[in-house]
Amino acid sequence: MKLTILTIYLSLFTLVLYGQVDSSLFKRTAIDTTLAKGMNMDAVYNRPFLNMGKLPVSLGGYMEADYQYMGEDGITEGHTFRIPRMTLFVASSIHRKIKFLSEIEFEEGGEEVAIEFAAIDFNFHPMLNLRGGVIMNPIGAFNQNHDGPKWEFVDRPVAATQMLSATWSNVGFGLYGKQYLKNWAFGYEVYLTNGFDDTIISNAENKTFLPSSKTNKERFEESNNGEPLVTAKMALRQNSIGEIGISYMGGVYNTYQDDGIILDVKRRLDVFAIDFNTTLPTLNTYFVGEWAWVWVNVPSSFTQQYGNKQQGGFIDIVQPILRRNIFGFDKAIINIACRLEYVDWNVGNFKETGDSIGDHLWAIVPALSFRPNAQTVIMFNYRYMQQTDILGNPAAKIGGIQLGIASYF
Amino acid sequence: MKRLFLVSVWFVFGACERIIPESLLEEEVLDGPIEGLSKSEQSQFLAGDIAFNEVFFEDNGLGPLFVATSCGSCHPGDGKGHPFTTLTRFGQTQPNVAPDLTIGGPQLQNRAIPGYEPESLPEGVPFMKFNPPAVTGLGLLSALTDQQILDNADPFDLDGDGISGVPNYITPPDYFIPQWYHQPFNGQFIGRFGKKAAAIDLLQQTVGAYNQDMGITSTFEPIDTSTGLSTDPEVSDQTIRDIVFYLRTLKDPIQRNPNDAQVIKGKQLFTDLNCSACHIPEWTTPQSDIASLSEKTFYPYTDLLLHDMGPALDDGATEGSAETYEWKTPALWGLGLSPGSQGGAYFLMHDGRAKSIEEAIVMHGGEAEQIKNDFVALSSEDKAAILKFLESL
Repeated sequence: MKLTILTIYLSLFTLVLYGQVDSSLFKRTAIDTTLAKGMNMDAVYNRPFLNMGKLPVSLGGYMEADYQYMGEDGITEGHTFRIPRMTLFVASSIHRKIKFLSEIEFEEGGEEVAIEFAAIDFNFHPMLNLRGGVIMNPIGAFNQNHDGPKWEFVDRPVAATQMLSATWSNVGFGLYGKQYLKNWAFGYEVYLTNGFDDTIISNAENKTFLPSSKTNKERFEESNNGEPLVTAKMALRQNSIGEIGISYMGGVYNTYQDDGIILDVKRRLDVFAIDFNTTLPTLNTYFVGEWAWVWVNVPSSFTQQYGNKQQGGFIDIVQPILRRNIFGFDKAIINIACRLEYVDWNVGNFKETGDSIGDHLWAIVPALSFRPNAQTVIMFNYRYMQQTDILGNPAAKIGGIQLGIASYF
Repeated sequence: MKRLFLVSVWFVFGACERIIPESLLEEEVLDGPIEGLSKSEQSQFLAGDIAFNEVFFEDNGLGPLFVATSCGSCHPGDGKGHPFTTLTRFGQTQPNVAPDLTIGGPQLQNRAIPGYEPESLPEGVPFMKFNPPAVTGLGLLSALTDQQILDNADPFDLDGDGISGVPNYITPPDYFIPQWYHQPFNGQFIGRFGKKAAAIDLLQQTVGAYNQDMGITSTFEPIDTSTGLSTDPEVSDQTIRDIVFYLRTLKDPIQRNPNDAQVIKGKQLFTDLNCSACHIPEWTTPQSDIASLSEKTFYPYTDLLLHDMGPALDDGATEGSAETYEWKTPALWGLGLSPGSQGGAYFLMHDGRAKSIEEAIVMHGGEAEQIKNDFVALSSEDKAAILKFLESL
């Protein structure tokens, strides 16, 4: 599988290398990919692509690399350099109303290769499009809008990645549509896909952990229980105010039967999220955030180590402070920013004592970012967070600096 | 701009040490190795630390019946545990009578992985609840000789101080290999670990916890608790050896504020009241195969012996040769750090019923009845001094 994907991509990039002999063959779509532009549901296509001559294929991608010096309660593992991910896009217009896009992600230096998105879209009407393939479930905003160059922070939001399992994609079909009316835009998405599995309440994290299902590659071949996961989102945008979205994802997650033999009752997972973004008109201060609630049916005879309710989210505040030619980059921008985030993986009380269950985390991440252009960012973050164990013992204090670069190419 | 760049570089590479959160003081944490381990011993300590915190789930062997999902769940930060992981033991109601395993003993597995039903306690069966103890300093206690423990035993109270103290004699498991410091007695050996001192050594304690607490089988304890049948081992011998080594080499808790006037006064009152008859402060280890444990003087405040604690603490169930009303003197070291691992509160005595140190003292009965009464009769200043001393341990 990995070999096939690599072969296809290498073939396409061979064409790019050929094109370097005559760069006039290329045309780059230099769009502004920063978060304040376009609807969130357009994020998958709101990326810069490289077109080559009349070839009906566009190429693109992004990469992230960073340096970290982090420590917990005075103990540090020292200086660390990482390449969290490199992603390649291939898009193609099969017909004026049929298009294809794929996103292949190489994580941690190629240790993991994942198809994050590979779907064909059929446009019947602006309000009626059919999408099929590997899709990114539109829960919250970050899951679909996760490209590193769009953000001012080295790490992805904890609530989005360790509670909601971004980037969460799965095989399925669905409909989406958009309607514009003057300064207003309304969009919806509804998908049926394969879903989560039993590992969300049985994993090495020792907590209800939706991202555990990402390790199950079989979900791209078959559903573990024959029950589709429903994901639906509605979003409303006013160009001078911003966008708000509400989304839902839910379904049966466990393998309750095998070969016709009933193993357990059907157990549901339900997620509800709200996301927003807005820009203050005079200061150009940009706000983006989301909050989600997760409900999981955990057997009462199991352990409360695995919570049946979770909640968390983040808010990013980004303030441009300088727009000018810097180091020869005209229209370069320097931003100051701050992220506030919180996750509670286990909302509830102990049966034994009635006391509140811990297992939560909060973080504050002041940041400075330099954008030589809209597609590239250099980030400097200071991350400070406190994480409390399930018993609510004194929190572990974690902090340190992070330097990162992220760019589309 | 150039200046900003240079300042940034200095900030990143020159000020790193100052921007990570401060470390906790050594005496404020329970985990960490004993001083003087060799590099190879440090490596095994680390391996044991990782194994101690390994999380078990269905795919790597958890259960199907269990109480907790890792060693660290019961002993967070190597400290005392929380009622969330309290163990329930039952099946033996008389000393020296093998537990009745036909009713599900010796331990209740009150949790089960999905698709399985957990155990429930048979109606009317006497049971004991054990709140998990701290695991620090156990290597020092395990290094003592049986003779050192027996030196403090006084089963017939020959010295007339009202305090007896008897060892719990335990029938060893098949895999037990006696060491030079063990003394057999009618084929049994002195137990040192557990609320009733039912485990002779840390190997027995460890494989028992794997099996009974987490449902993890090993070559030492191959019987699955849910079926009563043997299974393939779910944890390797090496991992178990690493954990035993880890437990042996965890540092002993460090006293805080030992020179504080109130602490000194409290310590004196503790001795004057004769609390130290059972909670013996000072011990010295003999030679050990681990150099760091050899000839070391330490202060656990225990005698490792069983004492009659009175009818209020008689649960009607027992282990080994202990009477139902007898409990091993718990070590008091690290007592003041308990809230840091028990979710910010105290859960003391064997089952966590005491919510403060003072409450725990007042719950003493039996041999400790008179000493308890003497404590209650103290002035509030003297009580406060004793409590401050105990919190400093």
